[in-house]
Amino acid sequence: MRELRSKSFIAAAVAGPALIVALPQIVEVYTIFNLSVYAILATLALSLGLVWGMGGILSFGQSAFFGLGGYAYAIAAINFAGSTPGLLAAVALPVVAAAVIGYFAFFGRISDVYFAVISLTVSLILYNLINSTSGAAYRIGDAPLGGYNGIPSVPPLNLPFAAAPLDFAGTFYAAALLLLVVYLGLRLLVNTRFGRVVVSVRENELRAELLGYDVRLYKLGVFCLGAAIAGLAGAFYAAWGSFIGPGVFSIGFAAQIIVWVLLGGLGTLIGPVLGCFIVQSLTAWLGEAEASNPSIVLGVLFLAAVMLVPKGLVPSLREWGRRLLGAGRAVPRERAP
Amino acid sequence: MFAEGGHIDTAILILVQVLYAVGSLFLIAVGLAIVFGMMGVINFAHGEFLMIGGFAFVLAVKAGVNFWVAMFVVAPLVVALIGVVVERLIIRHLYGRIVDTVLATWGLSLLFIGIASETLGYFQEGVAPPFGSVRIGAYQEGAYTFFVIGVALALLAALYVLLRYTPFGLIARGTMQNAAMAAALGTNVRAVYSITFGIGAAVSGLAGAVLAPIAGVLPVIGVTYIAKAFITVIVGGASPLAGTALASSLLGTINQAATFASTAVLGEVALLGAAIVLLRFLPAGITGRFLRGSV
Amino acid sequence: MILEARDLWRTFGGVAAVAGVDFALEEGELRCLIGANGAGKSTFFKMLTGQLAPSRGRIVLKGEDITGRPAFEIARRGVGIKTQVPSLFDGLTVAENLWLAARRAHGARRADAVTADLLGEIRLAARADDEVGTLSHGQRQWVELGMVLAGEPDLLLLDEPAAGMTADEVEATVALIKAMRGRRTLVIVEHDMHFIRRIAEKVTVFHRGRVLVEDTMDSILRNPEVRDAYLGQRAGGLDG
Repeated sequence: MRELRSKSFIAAAVAGPALIVALPQIVEVYTIFNLSVYAILATLALSLGLVWGMGGILSFGQSAFFGLGGYAYAIAAINFAGSTPGLLAAVALPVVAAAVIGYFAFFGRISDVYFAVISLTVSLILYNLINSTSGAAYRIGDAPLGGYNGIPSVPPLNLPFAAAPLDFAGTFYAAALLLLVVYLGLRLLVNTRFGRVVVSVRENELRAELLGYDVRLYKLGVFCLGAAIAGLAGAFYAAWGSFIGPGVFSIGFAAQIIVWVLLGGLGTLIGPVLGCFIVQSLTAWLGEAEASNPSIVLGVLFLAAVMLVPKGLVPSLREWGRRLLGAGRAVPRERAP
Repeated sequence: MFAEGGHIDTAILILVQVLYAVGSLFLIAVGLAIVFGMMGVINFAHGEFLMIGGFAFVLAVKAGVNFWVAMFVVAPLVVALIGVVVERLIIRHLYGRIVDTVLATWGLSLLFIGIASETLGYFQEGVAPPFGSVRIGAYQEGAYTFFVIGVALALLAALYVLLRYTPFGLIARGTMQNAAMAAALGTNVRAVYSITFGIGAAVSGLAGAVLAPIAGVLPVIGVTYIAKAFITVIVGGASPLAGTALASSLLGTINQAATFASTAVLGEVALLGAAIVLLRFLPAGITGRFLRGSV
Repeated sequence: MILEARDLWRTFGGVAAVAGVDFALEEGELRCLIGANGAGKSTFFKMLTGQLAPSRGRIVLKGEDITGRPAFEIARRGVGIKTQVPSLFDGLTVAENLWLAARRAHGARRADAVTADLLGEIRLAARADDEVGTLSHGQRQWVELGMVLAGEPDLLLLDEPAAGMTADEVEATVALIKAMRGRRTLVIVEHDMHFIRRIAEKVTVFHRGRVLVEDTMDSILRNPEVRDAYLGQRAGGLDG
């Protein structure tokens, strides 16, 4: 496959692991703890970068799959002790949910904006649903759902067949590795036959169909894959903070994912990752400074992304770079980042 | 809940509560539907328009303004003004880019929530509903419930007359059908959009005010409205009034039936489930298939 | 008989765009469709390719009822369409566009080879790695034609294939159509009478959603009913 030989792919595949190994040796534990959650959220950003950026599906409620993954992990890990069943559940539940929603939406051929609204609504209603489950009556096995208080003491990650939980550095390695594997995997994916058809459906759904592709199946496939990645990220998130609460289903959380992808750049894979790191560091810094209300910050970033950098940072920077390097020289556009 | 009282009383009470569910759903959704049906814009800040309407009403009443003036004049006017400004500053630059409009108004929604939390605080504000209560056999029902149903009906009638029988309505419907043609005939399309958005905002402001005595207001209350409003508008389809009226009747009944059977939250889940199944068969909503071309 | 449409209707909110069309094609036939704008030709094509479901009537392809089947399924049964305005994957390159078409019809193994052949055939090998969105209108027409041909359809629908082409490109299109004659069944919608005269055998005239008349080109030109209904408005095109 050509992608395996591309310079940026090799660079990422070499520099990525090196960075992951080196970081815990150079920075403080506190920073490592924060970087872990950034990597987890960046994986979530990648899931939307895949579904929206590559597949053209406006999954504005990607938070629903992240949250379902987190809750599934928490419930399964509490009941079965150990994180492996939790991780399996965290992939299975979101994929089933995505398959059901996707079936009705794609096979009914509802328009893309309607889909955006429906998918966000799913997340909002899960928010209300989970919020209403406080009280001892709402429990699954040994796991109380906890309503608006969420589920505390979610078991941490452990390696399969090893009882000892991962420490801070171990969790960081796991989270960063997840991000790297998902990123490289998706880069390979968009260059496979499946990936190419997915991109072609984004470009022109009618033509893809007139060529004989069943676009509904491709959309369903990429949507479910995105849900699986988001669910896995949700599980890591719950394990990282030993906590999962209904906040992950809130409209603010859903908006945050959109801002990462939009600001970083739609149609690229590195964009959502960078967008996530930038926005999260910015909000963390503003939060420490207690400078302002997080809703206002996110709202302003959101508006700025749409009105001022509609293409996103990564594509805009690439364009400027090209102009600087050689005006007029035709540079073949990169297909996938 | 229905332990005492005759069957007829129970039936009447259930009917009233279903009508209330339908009426409030219509109120929540119709401002969004007007803007979507007439302009093709999905306003994600719609919930915050309702929130601002509620605050404008409650704060005006607390400042000594007459209850009805606050509800029917202050709240719609404040939100209409904000709507016109939003249209000028944001929506206008994004016409035809429906996804960008969704994203920009989503940002706006967060901004409104943030500003409201900073300036008005996180606490619930409220005004007691007037009128006292009405006896239905062995039951008591707040008279304000009937008022809400009445406002929904009156609003439906007023908007129908506006769109169907006034010169502005004709111009707006023409623009909705074919903006380029309307412009070629000398219509100031920008002004029509601006006014339409203003009307949608005013209606949302009124709805927020009417619901405030029951639901209370707080900066994040828009979020509780927005999911229902979206579903109703999408199930309704392109015709703002016929679609919203039909969809709120259908979904309001389903919602209330499921609420009786279980809890309010599961009522909402039923609402969403019904909508997703319905859209599988009517992807363009009810008025995408039936009553095409109605308002 | 490769295709048969029986009493086909399609209404849009009370207006019938296609109102009872009966249409039959023999295998290997080359048929031209003419008719004024709004006569129902494009709607008819959309029903044949599954983009629109008929309100009433039946479509039979190679003996099988395909009425209301989804577009991708009809495409897989060997129906290709070149749309009026080229419908392409604008953000992808010429080669990628062709590859996607070739892969569907020939499988992934042969897709690269077929793509290379097609690039030569449509004379765009030099621009293989350019995005389709950067091509001229005529070149886009060729890319779409190449994509449709990649599928090796038994039945090929061409909606205004010569529109927006230069004189040279029109010549090449005529040559291509003539070369395909007999090997594939072709239905061509075209407004350009010169173009039709050079290729047409049998012509079907659409008028107000129905088939007005079906005959040879020469008879059509002499038919007073056709003149009144359609050609009268385009007398210039006839005489030139």
